[in-house]
Amino acid sequence: MAVLLVLLGIIVLIVIWLVGMYNSLVGLRNQVKNAWAQIDVQLKRRHDLIPNLVETAKGYMQHERGTLESVTNARSKAMGADSVGDKAKAEGELSGAISRFMLVVENYPDLKANQNFLALQEELTSTENKIAFSRQAYNDQVLFYNNKIQMFPSSIIAGMFNFQQSDFFELEDKGDREAPKVDFSQK
Amino acid sequence: MWELIQQNRRKSLVLFFLMGCCLVLLGYLLGASYIGPNGGMVSVSLALIIWLVLSLISFFAGDSIVLGISGAQEITPDIHPQLFNVVEEMKIAASLPAMPKVYIIDSAAPNAFATGRKPETCAIAVTAGLLARLNRDELQGVVAHETSHIVNRDVLFMTFAGIMLGSIVLISEVFLRGLWYSGGSSRRYRSSSDRGGGQGAAIIAIVAIIFAILAPILAQLLYFAISRRREYLADASAVRLTRYPEGLASALAKIADSDEQLPRANKVTAPLYIVNPLKREGEKLSDWTSTHPPISERIKILRGMAQGAGYLDYQQSFSTVTGSATLIPASGLKDTAAVPVRIASSESATKPSEKSLKRGVGDLVRAMNGFLFLTCACGLKIKIPPDFKQSSLPCPRCQRELQVPTAELATIAAGIQVASGKLPTDPIAAASTEATYVRKGVGWESFECACGKNLQLSPAFRGSKIVCNSCGKATTIVSGETK
Repeated sequence: MAVLLVLLGIIVLIVIWLVGMYNSLVGLRNQVKNAWAQIDVQLKRRHDLIPNLVETAKGYMQHERGTLESVTNARSKAMGADSVGDKAKAEGELSGAISRFMLVVENYPDLKANQNFLALQEELTSTENKIAFSRQAYNDQVLFYNNKIQMFPSSIIAGMFNFQQSDFFELEDKGDREAPKVDFSQK
Repeated sequence: MWELIQQNRRKSLVLFFLMGCCLVLLGYLLGASYIGPNGGMVSVSLALIIWLVLSLISFFAGDSIVLGISGAQEITPDIHPQLFNVVEEMKIAASLPAMPKVYIIDSAAPNAFATGRKPETCAIAVTAGLLARLNRDELQGVVAHETSHIVNRDVLFMTFAGIMLGSIVLISEVFLRGLWYSGGSSRRYRSSSDRGGGQGAAIIAIVAIIFAILAPILAQLLYFAISRRREYLADASAVRLTRYPEGLASALAKIADSDEQLPRANKVTAPLYIVNPLKREGEKLSDWTSTHPPISERIKILRGMAQGAGYLDYQQSFSTVTGSATLIPASGLKDTAAVPVRIASSESATKPSEKSLKRGVGDLVRAMNGFLFLTCACGLKIKIPPDFKQSSLPCPRCQRELQVPTAELATIAAGIQVASGKLPTDPIAAASTEATYVRKGVGWESFECACGKNLQLSPAFRGSKIVCNSCGKATTIVSGETK
């Protein structure tokens, strides 16, 4: 009888441990998903900012139609991208277009003194930073989650319930890894 | 990162436990020497009750007490968009569950602190002086340091450790003072216990006195050890969040450069700040009676991180600079991939002048107090206090007539009145907008004050100023004939 009770106790303990492990894995998987959603939120923010930016700059930059158009085009392309790979590529191009635009702005002191434009610049820098930081947070989460899935003993549960490894958010071009260098200094 | 926090928690718990032992032992010895062998348990429970009550108060009201003591004011994003953006960036980088509340302290001394017992309800406060001095990257470094305190649960931990320290100091103080003033009664007790083998009681009494003197010192040293360790760890986590050690390093250098004091910080709130707000001239901060590690050492460690921005890099730099053992346990370092340092944002190159710095602080404080800013076409920025009543005013530089958004001012003023019951006034602005009235003749005349009250001038009036008796505003009277 006593042996039976001890056995039963051990089984109950194992089940509790298994449930805890399974729940923590689910929690981690949701954190990864949440971190991915954060990146999307910030990319959307950037898309929303660009029309304002172009609108403000238009009046001052009559001779830079090409630059402004390339930013607008890159934006619509990025908004239309579906797959993760396309998205990363289109967003990379958008980053490039924005940094080229910011270089051109250097030649327009009137625009740089515009209060509205200054506020937009701060928003844009911050959004670029937020994109970079949300990507960083996502990759940290993925690293932790993948480690958990691969390491013993949680790997047993992960295998039983088919927890898939997540992919890191890598940019295709290494140059795009950094947020575009935007020069805001007022010379 | 997660293992690191776990490890850190465990090590801190050991120190915490030691302090708890101090408290219990102190309570027991004091009880045993005062009441007798059976009194030990009574006073232990008394000591624990004192500690529990203090802890509960700090747990439920600690945040508001700390923010209130420091004089911090909560701000909205439009008062300082950059600070808000930087806090949000760090919130994203650290995956905090909610956006921290942002506070500004009206002080020229550069400093910052974080509070909140859990990440969901935390707050970050920075001084106006800090905002004026630092550029974007540096501000990000400081905010990252504060965010790390929140993520590592340092705020909660330091509050509880501080409360325990406070309880120990309180109990031993009461005991020692009681001994001093009631020497007669304790002698009486000792003589009565002599009957039943008082040798032991006497020894207990002596041990209790010694321990009552030593316990607060011991607890304080333990507390300082925890606090310093937490500062280093927050630096390491801050760098990992921003991927940019130079930002925090140069922010610390700028903070160390200033000799302004934070008047509203005290011994209890000091460990919460990014640098010790109570530093004195010529004081060596490296000894073990300090809540913060020396700034120069912190900067040296940060600048020594040549290869990357990970915990491993901080650990390596830490051991080369301090020459001492490990800060971060090995399990926190394993399987962390190389963490590259990012490039500086180019804004860092510009340096604001001293004058624009001071103006920045002033404008920020005014904006917090509900001031509106009008920009004239000539480029002059005019500050309008919330109790300003006129609908237009001439620009002091170019004399252009400017419209005041009175409706907006009125809503701001009403909001302030509800919050604090009084309107802040700006003496400079009040003096510059002083009204004048030009007399038409020498007979009876009347005119309207800025507040709308009708003021009478008698033919006998010869003064140069008249003070309105409803709003207290002075109006200069210019006699008509001289013009």
